[in-house]
Amino acid sequence: MADDIIVSRDDWSLHRKGYLDQTRHKEKVEEVIKQQLRDLIVDESIILTDGKKNTKIPMRSLEEFRFRYDLNKKNHTGQGTKKMVPGEIIGSDPTKGKGAAGNGAGEEPGQDIYEVEVTYEDLANILFAELKLPNLDDKKRPLIAHDRPEFNDVRKKGLMSNVDKKRTLLESIKRQAFSQKQNKEARLRISPEDLRYKTWETRPNFETNAVILAMMDTSGSMGQFEKYIARTFFFWMVRFLRLKYENVEIRFLAHHTEAKEVTETEFFTRGESGGTRCSSVYQYAIDLIESEYPPEHYNIYPVHFTDGDNIGSDNSKALALMQRLVEMSRVVGYGEILRTHYSSTLMSTLKRITDPKLRLVTIRERNEVYVALKTVFS
Amino acid sequence: MDNEMRALSTIAQDIAQVARSMGLDFYPVNFEIVPAEALYTFGAYGMPVRFTHWSFGKAFYKMKTQYDLNLSRIYELVINTNPAYAFLLEGNRLTQNKLVIGHVYAHVDFFKNNCYFSRTPKDMVERMGVHAEKIREYESRYGRDKVERTLDAVLAIQEHVDYRSHIGTDEKMENFPSISVQSKAEGHKCHGNACKENHVCSGNCGGNCATKEQSKVDSPKMTRAKRASLPYEDLWEDLLVDECQCSPQPEYEDLLLYLIKFAPGLEEWQRDIIGIVREESFYFYPQIETKIINEGWATFWHAKIMRELELTDAESLEFALMHSQVVQPSRMGLNPYYLGVKIWEKLAKDKPLSELFEVRESENDLSFIRNHLTRELVEELNLFNFRKIGAHWQVTENEWEKVRDNLVQQLVNGGHPRIVVLEGDFEGRGGLYLKHRHEGADLDIVYLEKTLSLVQFLWGKSVGLETVVDAKKVIFECSNGMVSHHQKTKTGENLA
Repeated sequence: MADDIIVSRDDWSLHRKGYLDQTRHKEKVEEVIKQQLRDLIVDESIILTDGKKNTKIPMRSLEEFRFRYDLNKKNHTGQGTKKMVPGEIIGSDPTKGKGAAGNGAGEEPGQDIYEVEVTYEDLANILFAELKLPNLDDKKRPLIAHDRPEFNDVRKKGLMSNVDKKRTLLESIKRQAFSQKQNKEARLRISPEDLRYKTWETRPNFETNAVILAMMDTSGSMGQFEKYIARTFFFWMVRFLRLKYENVEIRFLAHHTEAKEVTETEFFTRGESGGTRCSSVYQYAIDLIESEYPPEHYNIYPVHFTDGDNIGSDNSKALALMQRLVEMSRVVGYGEILRTHYSSTLMSTLKRITDPKLRLVTIRERNEVYVALKTVFS
Repeated sequence: MDNEMRALSTIAQDIAQVARSMGLDFYPVNFEIVPAEALYTFGAYGMPVRFTHWSFGKAFYKMKTQYDLNLSRIYELVINTNPAYAFLLEGNRLTQNKLVIGHVYAHVDFFKNNCYFSRTPKDMVERMGVHAEKIREYESRYGRDKVERTLDAVLAIQEHVDYRSHIGTDEKMENFPSISVQSKAEGHKCHGNACKENHVCSGNCGGNCATKEQSKVDSPKMTRAKRASLPYEDLWEDLLVDECQCSPQPEYEDLLLYLIKFAPGLEEWQRDIIGIVREESFYFYPQIETKIINEGWATFWHAKIMRELELTDAESLEFALMHSQVVQPSRMGLNPYYLGVKIWEKLAKDKPLSELFEVRESENDLSFIRNHLTRELVEELNLFNFRKIGAHWQVTENEWEKVRDNLVQQLVNGGHPRIVVLEGDFEGRGGLYLKHRHEGADLDIVYLEKTLSLVQFLWGKSVGLETVVDAKKVIFECSNGMVSHHQKTKTGENLA
């Protein structure tokens, strides 16, 4: 009996179904990331590796739930390369003891918890979509050093390497459409008159600059937790401002009763003892601005983290200096990292400044960094 | 037609002749060469055309990534229709395609002749196309999120249909007079009234009395006798003691159908979606319950057919390589190709070919393992049972009967727990009451709670599920999306 065999081959290049549903799945993953954003942005694996390492987050809501047996409680059947004797161990569960919700942990044979790897870029995209740069009034500083070419015109004459392919093709199509003897078989021909070239004008280059003055209280009362919070905040702040400005500088100012400039490592690691006099660092910042960062050329973002435990007699001086700092800056952030439920006298003193450029935040838990970022950048 | 295609269709015809001469009996097959994207889409969706859902996108992404990273490769995909469609991966080499084509004919022979496929419609591609179209329309009419939410819930319980509904006659829910939209409310009310009477009894017996249907097939005594040798037998004793003589409370295995007919708050299009998923579930189930036997059969035959063809030395080598990759044992778990082909090879050694054809006609995985996984095979393949003890996965048994029985138990009901609907008005407020027929293995509690809240979404009012956890009877309850649970006392007072 002769079989009627058909072998065929179709064009599947427009088949996108799998990708479409994959996109929807990705959207749902992003929703989950968004919900967990406040915990994710303080994740050590992102912050401590400078965004180079990814973090994994469980995606409970994207598992496909059904009534199923508890894999940890039932017998499975497997195959060995040799005779297996009762008592032999064929695998271990590394997540045991980590306190994972009791169920469904384990790699074998359940492969249960559905995890998605989140990269720094994923997080940044979602986080930065929620942040806004306030008081955007670009200060530009002309740099005499170099001019920048800007392609902004199209001409009929020019350099071959600058040929504008799209416009050339359009011209060719147009010309053939207008011509009387339309020959549908004919291929598209490009004649010299079709050619279009991109040309440029020389413009002076402007660069936008921003500087962050990272100020932190390094008195004895600021511990690991407080420093980590500050570090996380600055991590995201620097990266966010880099999106908006071509140059973002960051200067680290540490203070207790006196202020001084330190390196980044020192800023986040070294602790000192002694009392706290916040006016010292405000004065230092103002001096720095006056000598190096004229406000007409720079977008200035001073941010100060402290536990608020300021010497009482210093408060009025601090208030006056802060007032000046606010006038010079784009936005000023003042963050108090508190373990108690009282707010400090410095915080209540600073509340007298009504200028909306001063953003006051209190952070009590790790995941409040997110709220703080949103308060400062909104 | 280019050269490759011409060569392929000649080969396909030659192989068809060889296969038929050896006794295989299959529908005509349309072969199509497709790129990896397309093949993996079909793999993820189970069909060339199917409705849209993110879970398919997730599966597609996973499979496609594995292919891109060269971790796994699907060579072909066969669709059970008449004529059958077989998709070959673009870039398969000619020898690989020879093997694959033989494999395909054996699959189609299995689809055509195996009794478990006798009910699957042979025009499923078109039907699923219609389903996809309908769901697309619902999306544009009612919004993607609403449709997605419904699908999320329905897909979570897609296995809970009565795959054997054609067996037995009266009293099956299939034969309930179908309820039109207008009379539904009324129908349900009277339903509720009937339950109220039953409810008293269900409270007293704990809902464990056998049903009319059940007693036809499985009288309680038989149940006791049959199950005496199973683990947790004390549990069964316990349940049987509870038995009472009150009028039996009907049970329905087809949760989806029950929802279509009686769920009080569903819109018509939502019922239609349940119907769509249910129909597709019926189509896929025979494939689930014949995985080992069918893959084994196809592997057995592709090897047999290849030996009949005249191959060059290089081709023989390539064939041997690919065949050994297909049957490569997996480290944990079982490779169905390997287990299946081993059993078929053993059968071929002991029995005439005609008996093999009978087995392929009348058996599924469960009976295949139960009837033909012998002591020699278990020992040859080094099969063993294992389970989790503390933080370790430990070998527990290697006696052949225990291994066989454990495999059989895993295959019962396609590996899914059996959840039935107990007729009745749960808590007297129009609730739905489900019961897990516990057969020795506990349910995954996290999954149970999430799934139950999805069922509750479909049902609208509160939903209860009775199961056994660590040998104790527990009732999970879900209302307004919140799940709680409590142990059930012997007298079942908690139910009231």
